[in-house]
Amino acid sequence: MTESLLLAVDLDGDGAHPAAWRFSGRPPGSVLTGAALRAAVGAASGFVLASFEDSPLPAGGTGPDQAGRLEAGTRAAFAATLAGDLGLAPVLNATTTEPFHLATQLASLDHASHGRAAWIVDGLSDLDVLATVGAEPLGGAAQRQEVADVIRTARLLWDSWQDDAVIKDVASGRYLDSGRVHHIDFSGATFSVKGPLITPRPPQGQIVVIARDHLRVDEHADIVLVAAADPEAVAARAQQTSSILTFADVEVILDLPGRPAAERLAELDDFTPWPSTGRLRHVGSVTGLLDLLSELRGVDGVRFLPAVQALDLPLLAEQVVPARGRVLPGRTLRERLGLPRPASRFASTTA
Amino acid sequence: MSSIDTGAPHDPHAHVHLGVFYTGVGSQFIWSDPGLGDHQSIETYLEIARLLERGLFDAFFLGEGLRVRENRGQVLELDVAGRPDAITQLSALAAATDRIGLVATQNTTYNYPADLARRLASLDLLSDGRAGWNIVTTDNAWTGANFRHGGWLEHERRYERATQFVEAAKALWGSWSADAIAESAEAKSWAAAGAFPEVVRRSDLVNLRATATLPASRQGRPVLFQAGDSDGGRELAATHADVVFSANTTFEKAVAYAADLRARLARHGRGADSLRILPGAAVVLGDTEAEAQEKAEWIRNEQLSAPRAIAFLEQYWGSDLSAYDPHGPLPDIEPTDAELDPSRGTISIADRTGKLDRIAAWRTLAAEKNLSILGLYREVSPRERSFVGTPAQIADLWVHYVRARAVDGFNLTPYLLPSSLTDVVDKLVPELQERGAYRTAYQGSTLREHLDLPPI
Ligand SMILES: Cc1cc2nc3c(=O)[nH]c(=O)nc-3n(C[C@H](O)[C@H](O)[C@H](O)COP(=O)(O)O)c2cc1C
Repeated sequence: MTESLLLAVDLDGDGAHPAAWRFSGRPPGSVLTGAALRAAVGAASGFVLASFEDSPLPAGGTGPDQAGRLEAGTRAAFAATLAGDLGLAPVLNATTTEPFHLATQLASLDHASHGRAAWIVDGLSDLDVLATVGAEPLGGAAQRQEVADVIRTARLLWDSWQDDAVIKDVASGRYLDSGRVHHIDFSGATFSVKGPLITPRPPQGQIVVIARDHLRVDEHADIVLVAAADPEAVAARAQQTSSILTFADVEVILDLPGRPAAERLAELDDFTPWPSTGRLRHVGSVTGLLDLLSELRGVDGVRFLPAVQALDLPLLAEQVVPARGRVLPGRTLRERLGLPRPASRFASTTA
Repeated sequence: MSSIDTGAPHDPHAHVHLGVFYTGVGSQFIWSDPGLGDHQSIETYLEIARLLERGLFDAFFLGEGLRVRENRGQVLELDVAGRPDAITQLSALAAATDRIGLVATQNTTYNYPADLARRLASLDLLSDGRAGWNIVTTDNAWTGANFRHGGWLEHERRYERATQFVEAAKALWGSWSADAIAESAEAKSWAAAGAFPEVVRRSDLVNLRATATLPASRQGRPVLFQAGDSDGGRELAATHADVVFSANTTFEKAVAYAADLRARLARHGRGADSLRILPGAAVVLGDTEAEAQEKAEWIRNEQLSAPRAIAFLEQYWGSDLSAYDPHGPLPDIEPTDAELDPSRGTISIADRTGKLDRIAAWRTLAAEKNLSILGLYREVSPRERSFVGTPAQIADLWVHYVRARAVDGFNLTPYLLPSSLTDVVDKLVPELQERGAYRTAYQGSTLREHLDLPPI
């Protein structure tokens, strides 16, 4: 059976392997330029979605691979005016940001990209991350509640302007109808937000919300991103998710002409071992990867994390996407993923 | 001319620097004009940015307001509203422009220093050294209601917070040494040992422990703009800013402001040329002076409309005045004594208090001059930020301003889009060039270079 899948790819840095920067064929610092980002986005054409992994801390841990990293929201925004119909999914961390800013940034990304914005929700709780904003860890259930509250706030804010709020009624001098722009009056466990958003309703109505599986906030997400180490575990988890779509994360390092993937990996690992992230990992041929994709049950899509972007992304784009990728017709990311455009939850309150 | 003391010597070669301040909201936009496209679409922003590059402007500058303006508890209906997050929008513009400086207004009260510093540094790198930050302090419980800590900051301490915030941002931006990143992929490690120092701040206003994730851009760090006129604002400018965006636009005010700022700079050990002064301004051009005046009057009447006159008084009266005729006398009812709320946008504290005195003065004025509600509204609305005339007249005036060192240029506020800006690019810029007071090509690539500021 060769069912097609919605295919996404992560474009962070030089690749998912910590030593990727040594094999990218360019000076290390060039990853921090618009030119590199432009090239990466260009190389990802054909995918339905590109993600931008991030954290408030430098990339690559604290050893020899510790590296610079551009903030993901700005990277996604930079990509918004580049040609193409790629969905753009920055990782924004719910625990170190103002929910109001986060919602505004994502709505703005959606406007600038004409409806191609998504958000990979993170809920980091490490002390070093929280220290960047002077916050303390919440722990356990409170932590999950916090992430859920941030998502709920963002969703309310994206609905706070109804689609038809701007009326431009010259006769009465009214630019907008105040009955169609709403306070949200959100009150959560640790914060409250009045609203409305400063930005009109985004073209997609709601930004596509993608939640990492371990956060267990499925009911607030459009897509759950499953990180599990084998196809059985992926299938088991996929059965439980209550989001509309489920994607599996797959790390890949592929055979190159005369350079088997296992050899490439050994060479990379000689510098820094690729730590296990709990995700599926494919080391081998494109054919082997296609077989692995065929084995996946219960998922609608896959997000690839190429070990070395410069080497593995071209193969994914040229050989895997055409063989197995699926994109539905449409201009917005929601349309291309087959997700409906939700009506504003405030729409029914208008007389 | 010898009586003009701006704190800097007359400079016959001074140039005019221009930026555009685009709020994306407010009563200055004449939205009923069919030429005004979707003021909030990325295409409109791109069109403006490219127009400004054609006009060799220094910067495209986005305002910020963290709560949608209201009138008596409901969103204000009369003005253009709805705008993007500035850093997101400017990052999108960075990919589609080459030269124009990209300046984001960002608040120090409702942001986290390490987070904001990182986003600004990202914009600076993605634009290859064209980012700027307009530091604002707006603080009030009404705006704070959108944020985690509400109206947490005492108003008197807003600039204390801002100063510590900016100092933390500068520490983060300057924390990587120039040669921190390995030059080749053959190196032992991506960065030199010790390249990632932590920045720690522990005070009751700024509390963080963070590591910068980015090196300096080609211009060193984002250019710092400051836009607040109080003593605290001016001190912040004199301590940390590269550019001030002021409301002191008339020549007399500009001279006094420049002299005051330069005295402060000297006290902080900074040279008179380390800070650019760019007040806000609107420009109305005509082929003749009479035509320009007529156009300016039309614009003013569109902006200061009858429905806005009622809404304006409602803000002060604190009650529903919709039953009053804007062409009739002032409301006979007494205003509520509640303090003027900040819900109509950024008002300085001076304007927020003393509203009953103000209303009393308006009553006297209206009686003296026999003014209707609309007449009073137009009478008390300031005119002083507009330059109205032929391109040659305004060019002469601006050359006088910059050579006297009262200002270094202006931040223009558009009201009709794009015509109020195409006019400047196509008609006023050439006049300035003819007078040797405007660049004929970009000399540098960074915002800092455009502004002729000394390197960091
Ligand atoms: C010309 C000018 C433009 C300003 N633009 C903004 C803006 O876009 N957003 C904002 O929040 N505050 C803006 N401000 C407000 C100031 O930065 C400041 O917060 C406010 O004036 C109160 O500060 P003050 O007490 O120093 O006057 C602006 C001020 C001036 C003078």
